[in-house]
Amino acid sequence: MFKWLHPYAKPETVYHLCGRLMPWLMGAALLLLLLGNIWGLAFTPPDYQQGDSYRIIHLHVPAAIMSMGTYSAMAIAAFTALVWQVKVAQWSVLAIAPIGAVYTAIALITGMAWGKPMWGTWWVWDARLTSELILLFLYLGVIALSGAFSDRQTGAKVASLLAVVGVINLPIIHFSVEWWNTLHQGASITKFAKPSIDPSMLWPLLISILAFKILMLALLCMRLRTAILVNEQHRPWVKAMAGD
Amino acid sequence: MVTLGPFLKRELRLLARQKADWLNPVLFFVIVLSLFPLGVGPEPNLLRIIAPGVIWIAALLSVLLAAERLFKDDYRNGVVEQLVASRQPLLAFVLAKLLANWLSTGLPLVLLSPLVALLLNVDMASFTAMVLTLLLGTPLLSLLSVLGAALTVSADKGGILLALLILPLYIPLLIFASAAMEAAGMALPYHGQLAVMLAMLLFALALVPVAVTSALKINVS
Repeated sequence: MFKWLHPYAKPETVYHLCGRLMPWLMGAALLLLLLGNIWGLAFTPPDYQQGDSYRIIHLHVPAAIMSMGTYSAMAIAAFTALVWQVKVAQWSVLAIAPIGAVYTAIALITGMAWGKPMWGTWWVWDARLTSELILLFLYLGVIALSGAFSDRQTGAKVASLLAVVGVINLPIIHFSVEWWNTLHQGASITKFAKPSIDPSMLWPLLISILAFKILMLALLCMRLRTAILVNEQHRPWVKAMAGD
Repeated sequence: MVTLGPFLKRELRLLARQKADWLNPVLFFVIVLSLFPLGVGPEPNLLRIIAPGVIWIAALLSVLLAAERLFKDDYRNGVVEQLVASRQPLLAFVLAKLLANWLSTGLPLVLLSPLVALLLNVDMASFTAMVLTLLLGTPLLSLLSVLGAALTVSADKGGILLALLILPLYIPLLIFASAAMEAAGMALPYHGQLAVMLAMLLFALALVPVAVTSALKINVS
């Protein structure tokens, strides 16, 4: 497996791979995002209790799922960067962090917008909301830490270490609705049990989740390409490409 | 573990010579606590209600104040670098730092707790809970602040960054500690919260020293 993975540790290969993948990913993400959201926002039946305001789940749930998914991707990259000293993994940690931070912010803001009509308040200090807020702080911490060192390499390594430490928050967020008796509802979609949501609402939601996932990959490709160029600007292959 | 002794002796001697390093945070703790009755009014019942949260927030901030200088001097005068280069077990150094940090910032808070209880009008049941949560919680505070200090030791602007990194990790501790004290105030059992705090402490004790060691190595290289 390592023989097969080995070329992908080379920045030049990754740069071109990302360049090839990005248009496809971006196209697919936009298509699915439009499909999922238009279907979910306009063509699904209203909820019998919540009326039309439940429709915000088509943004809230994908963003919330991907805020955690992005964090685990970042933590895996960070672990790879620390253990095997792979440069590309290090840069991808810094490339992923802002994407995850924005997803977390979207999840929090849409959640607040939904909470106002449903719970009657913008914010409650409930376990899931609080742990999601901590996740946002962790993302911001990783971003701030990576920029705080005069040596860029040290910053990236230290930020990776913090990303690995912060993994402790993921199970807390995931199980917060089961461990504590919270205002936030439990999961509506699980892998094993029958989902507690009607199929007519489930399908657009699943499409939106997939769209957010692919959008994350597309943005990652974009940011990683920039990071590779910035870090490798004195290498011959970059200079050759720039026509120097 | 054989080498823990000399490291600990060195840390304690440094603390004895630089009293401001640990006296100031303790003083800060008392001053912050005495500001609250002035700010929210000296109504005894109100003070009793807000006491758990106030005490723990003051403890968090005072530990944070001490955290910034933990590795700074040793990093600047090259001690950390020499230790990494000499292949001495860095773990003993880290553990000595931890222990010294707790003895100088955590333990004084526990010892000061009777005074705090008087200031904030805490009743006897909550006072017992306060001492127990401080005993279990302050080592965890020390662990996390040592981690934060090690991460940011060579950063340009360590201070505010340290707060940004460490305060989110303090939140679970804050929740359980003040929940235990509130439960004690209402004469409810609080063993559950104490057990969770002990579990968090043991978990951190197992993993944080390793993370601190590698953070120091990254900062030196």
